[in-house]
Amino acid sequence: MQAEAAGFASPPLRCMLTLNLYGRNCGFPTMSTHAKTRIVGAPVLRKEGIDKLLGRARYVDDIEREGMWHGATVRSTIPRGFIKTIRFDRRMDWKEFAVATAADIPGANHIQLIFADQPCLADGKVNHCDEAILLIAHRDKQKVREAVAAVQIEYEPLPAVFTIEESERQDVIVWGADNVLKSFLLEKGDVDGAWAAAAHIVEGEYRTGAQEHLYIENNGIIAEYDAEKGVTAWGSLQCPYYVHKSLMAVFGLPEDKVRVIQTETGGAFGGKEDYPSTLASHAALLAKKCGHPVKMVYDRMEDLAATTKRHPSRVRHKTALDADGRLLAMDIEIATDGGAYSTLSSTVLSRATLHSPGPYACPNVRVRSRAWATNTVPYGAFRGFGAPQAVFAIERHMDEVAAAIGMDPVELRRKNFLHDGDTTATEQVMREPVILDKLLDRALAQSDYHAKRTRFAQENRISAVKRGLGIAAFYHGSGFTGSGERYLNSLAGVDVTPEGQARVLVSSTEFGQGTNTVLTQIAAEAIGLSYDDVVMAPPDTGIVPNSGPTVASRTAMVVGRLIERASLQLVEMLRKHAGLAADFTTAEFFAACARYRAIEGEVVSLCRYEAPPSIYWDDQKYRGEAYPAYAWAVHVAQVAVDTVTYSAEVEEFWSVQEVGRVLNPVLAAGQIEGGIAQGIGYALYEKVLLQNGHMANNQMTNYIMPTAEDVPPIHVHFEEIPFSHGGYGAKGIGELPHDGPAPAILNAIRDATGVAFCMIPLLPEDVMARLAVRHPVEEAASV
Amino acid sequence: MRGNAAAHDMVAPGTLSAVLDLLAAEPGKWTPIAGGTELMVAHAAGRLTSGNLVSVWDIPDLRFVETTPESIALGGGSTFRDLRTNETIAAEFPLLAEASTWIGAIANQNRATLAGNIVNGSPAADSSPALLVYDAEIELVSVRGKRRVPYHAFHTGYKRSLLAPDELVLTVHLPRRFAAHCQYIRKVGTRRAMAISKVALAGTALIRGGVVSEVRVAAASLAPYPSRMRKAEAAIFGNGISPETMHAARRALLDEARPIDDIRSTAEYRRRVGANLLEEFLAELAKTGGSG
Amino acid sequence: MSGAQTAIEFTVNGERRCVQTEPMKRLLDVLREDLHLTGTKEGCGEGECGSCSVRMNGELVNSCLVPVLQAQEATIQTVEGLACDGELHPLQRAFLECGGAQCGICTPGMLMAATHLLATNPNPSMAEIREGLAGNLCRCTGFVRIFESVVAAATQTHKGAHAR
Repeated sequence: MQAEAAGFASPPLRCMLTLNLYGRNCGFPTMSTHAKTRIVGAPVLRKEGIDKLLGRARYVDDIEREGMWHGATVRSTIPRGFIKTIRFDRRMDWKEFAVATAADIPGANHIQLIFADQPCLADGKVNHCDEAILLIAHRDKQKVREAVAAVQIEYEPLPAVFTIEESERQDVIVWGADNVLKSFLLEKGDVDGAWAAAAHIVEGEYRTGAQEHLYIENNGIIAEYDAEKGVTAWGSLQCPYYVHKSLMAVFGLPEDKVRVIQTETGGAFGGKEDYPSTLASHAALLAKKCGHPVKMVYDRMEDLAATTKRHPSRVRHKTALDADGRLLAMDIEIATDGGAYSTLSSTVLSRATLHSPGPYACPNVRVRSRAWATNTVPYGAFRGFGAPQAVFAIERHMDEVAAAIGMDPVELRRKNFLHDGDTTATEQVMREPVILDKLLDRALAQSDYHAKRTRFAQENRISAVKRGLGIAAFYHGSGFTGSGERYLNSLAGVDVTPEGQARVLVSSTEFGQGTNTVLTQIAAEAIGLSYDDVVMAPPDTGIVPNSGPTVASRTAMVVGRLIERASLQLVEMLRKHAGLAADFTTAEFFAACARYRAIEGEVVSLCRYEAPPSIYWDDQKYRGEAYPAYAWAVHVAQVAVDTVTYSAEVEEFWSVQEVGRVLNPVLAAGQIEGGIAQGIGYALYEKVLLQNGHMANNQMTNYIMPTAEDVPPIHVHFEEIPFSHGGYGAKGIGELPHDGPAPAILNAIRDATGVAFCMIPLLPEDVMARLAVRHPVEEAASV
Repeated sequence: MRGNAAAHDMVAPGTLSAVLDLLAAEPGKWTPIAGGTELMVAHAAGRLTSGNLVSVWDIPDLRFVETTPESIALGGGSTFRDLRTNETIAAEFPLLAEASTWIGAIANQNRATLAGNIVNGSPAADSSPALLVYDAEIELVSVRGKRRVPYHAFHTGYKRSLLAPDELVLTVHLPRRFAAHCQYIRKVGTRRAMAISKVALAGTALIRGGVVSEVRVAAASLAPYPSRMRKAEAAIFGNGISPETMHAARRALLDEARPIDDIRSTAEYRRRVGANLLEEFLAELAKTGGSG
Repeated sequence: MSGAQTAIEFTVNGERRCVQTEPMKRLLDVLREDLHLTGTKEGCGEGECGSCSVRMNGELVNSCLVPVLQAQEATIQTVEGLACDGELHPLQRAFLECGGAQCGICTPGMLMAATHLLATNPNPSMAEIREGLAGNLCRCTGFVRIFESVVAAATQTHKGAHAR
């Protein structure tokens, strides 16, 4: 089925007919998630790997469209205020250029996310530095740059807030009535009544900084506008249908007049979940204005300064324990910095809230969380999505609790781990196996934790380099929270083209994590073809259905499951109506498809999301099954702190995790290793320096990520407990590994130095401020 | 890419004399560009102000390493790869060989040149501390002839030097008299590679009869330009390496250091870590210097 | 005479090429725009990420920092020049089998750096591999499988399977 020939008219509609004819697939046998498999679980080669290795993969900046112009953005230089005047330097011949402002927006001037508070282009007022005010396009890239510099904007500045604390003071209101973008209250049992009975009460405050995704490919979009066809956008993005939805709103166009196509994407990590909706709107507005395709690809300085980052956070814990070190109560307060507009702050806050109590059984829990608005570039999705912030706090806090009550941090955790049948803070019963003890045992054994700690304690007495080990134990909820998946209502499946290609039909995208590979593995396995016989349909909203966004570690589990079901459904369709035998060769399969096509006109099998039974979630009370499944992990970090330079370096890192079925061991290990490397950066290297709300270190030379010489050896071990509702038993994997490194590393630093650091990124300058002063006399004199 | 290629002219005459003629004919107009690891970054950021560039890349008269019994002559156009792979430098000037591995990473070392590093004049320059403790002499050349200046006098202020607008750095001369010295160098950056120095310290010293008979200490980022730490040297010279000497040297360094806060680090960190590096040097000196 | 165009002649992946362009145009842009060799990528434009790495006269360089005038008469190799007669270079094969590429954007530069490393040091230690790749940033892999790929390719080449 050629998308061009069929126009953009809904393939999903036609396939819905097919589905209804053959009924929902509750009747189809589901392959046992424990069954022996040929392809799933094997280290098959990356589906699009060869093109990437040959340098043939086409990223958006590699693509040219006939008659293409280039676009650029004029951005606010103040954090908050009114736009008084916009002056266009007369020395420029502005007739050559296309200029677009808020006035040119045909539909609604907002980016469709959760709320609609973020404008596509600022209209009379700006709320953060680098906010987009107007857009310029020209055939010549150099001329566009000169034109941007030739726009003079005068502002009437307003007071701005830049930190959580400033926003909390509420003496300057920058969003809504009270600066609060979102708040949650989660309550279990009776926290206030628990303090009296407590043998120990321990408090702590933990802070995390902003973090930049630093995908090596900057954001980029090419857009075209046609009065008949509407808007078409190609680009580096995670969620074609998010962009599609946003473009519909900005242009006031119906579904079939907007088409979004993902190009090969050079890294995303959440940084291309929502931002591309803004960029695509910009490029398309210019395309409409100038009548030509418009390419907008950011350079590194602009991408760093103007696009989303991880939410900074402050988490406070107050914990009650009994005399044996068992948790009695947790009182947790979370504050995140959401930036100037709400964007994804509510869902990030939700995940932070739900991950804040850690993998522990505790009868009384209260979490009060708030996302605060500041006049900074809106923060957004980044691998972990609130969990790294929350896990940093609880896992650091557990070590502080252990120290305060005189208990070993490993034993404290063991004593309080969740087990099968326990309930979480949301009263979710752990019905799937919880094997934290086993993961912990293995991590301790692999890292030789106890023996090393003893040895380091000895060596540290005389060595200038202090060594220590630290652990973190945690879970990551797979997929969307609560009823999120029901709301997404994903549709996905497989088809066979007239040319005899079996294709996976999803809007789930590849950006390195392995979507193309694992989904074709699943389809090939479930249909009964070889891996090479199945390809991905182009990630084009004109061709594929909406299988939901490629976020929340949901692709293998949720979408994989849909592909599994749709594949089985396809085989059943061919058996019933095209004479496909019980056992078949590849040739027989495609012959049956040809016969089927002769009757039905096409060979398509789609399935819609079905929630696992007994998913109960109360969005108001924050109670019930918060996530359909959890991935679990224990991390161990070995860190060396050099007392000459105050630098901490990770010398070695161990991770033991349970993510359901491992669909592809090479890709899965790659996800863990990459996530850990980012987590190490989060802990020790990556700092966003804001000056007046603008990122001052917006270059790769001064936003520091670890190089090949900085990353330690990383050990990865999987335990597998297939999850019956995930694709071939898979649960989420992509975000899990970013949750553990920061607390494990800072726990190791505490072990090495005896000093409790509670803030990341922890830089040598910060370590120096707290390590024992070597020569008090000189230090005082030198100040 | 914020620079405009069309706004800059660039020529590559190919010989030293042709380049010097050009610099002399239109003084101040032509900016020499060697490996481009500094100027092309400025170009990409839209900050390259010079409209006229003359390439000094890979000119044989500038790119050489020659030895005589008394000294080694490093052509200004030598890349850091040229330097780090040279056997004499590795054997007798290990601090420079080490410093050559600090520049960026392999690709940067293949293009960055010694003269470029020196003339750019950053207080954080990677090669400078080693050159200073090796008593480097800079030989400058123009149509007017050659002249030599001690490297420690070359930098006169933040990004200011004795280099005239029509001059190039022809050669860096290092006297071959440090092989027996105790040698120390350490750079502290934001990470192990691709890092601009927060602070670095180099030291060479001789111990004779239990006391320090020669000592040179130089630092990056403790002054507006790469500098010898004279007060620290004075506190060390003529003394044995005792706790008192180490205290005094540390105090002296803390006193003479003039670091700043910037985007990479703080003055306090630079000062304190600089002093720690000095102590590390002295501790090594004490171990290897012996009392003989 | 700002920006007057110059004729640049050089050899790219074994082919003699000639472009007429500004001398200060970056080699990276000449490769991508004039020669349509888009395998070499721009990640930062400041010589920090290495995704623009190519080999010029056998040396690994960041093409974003090379004014094309300085590539006059040079021999340039880009990622497009690695595979030979439809066969993957041993490093490309190793990256494929070991999972050395995830999103792929750093891969061309990484392959050039790895090629350069093995050409100058056929049997590198882990420390030498780390140093050889330190100028190429990868945000996806944590470098682990990239190191494995290089070791695999070095081992295979050492066994004489693909003499190149």
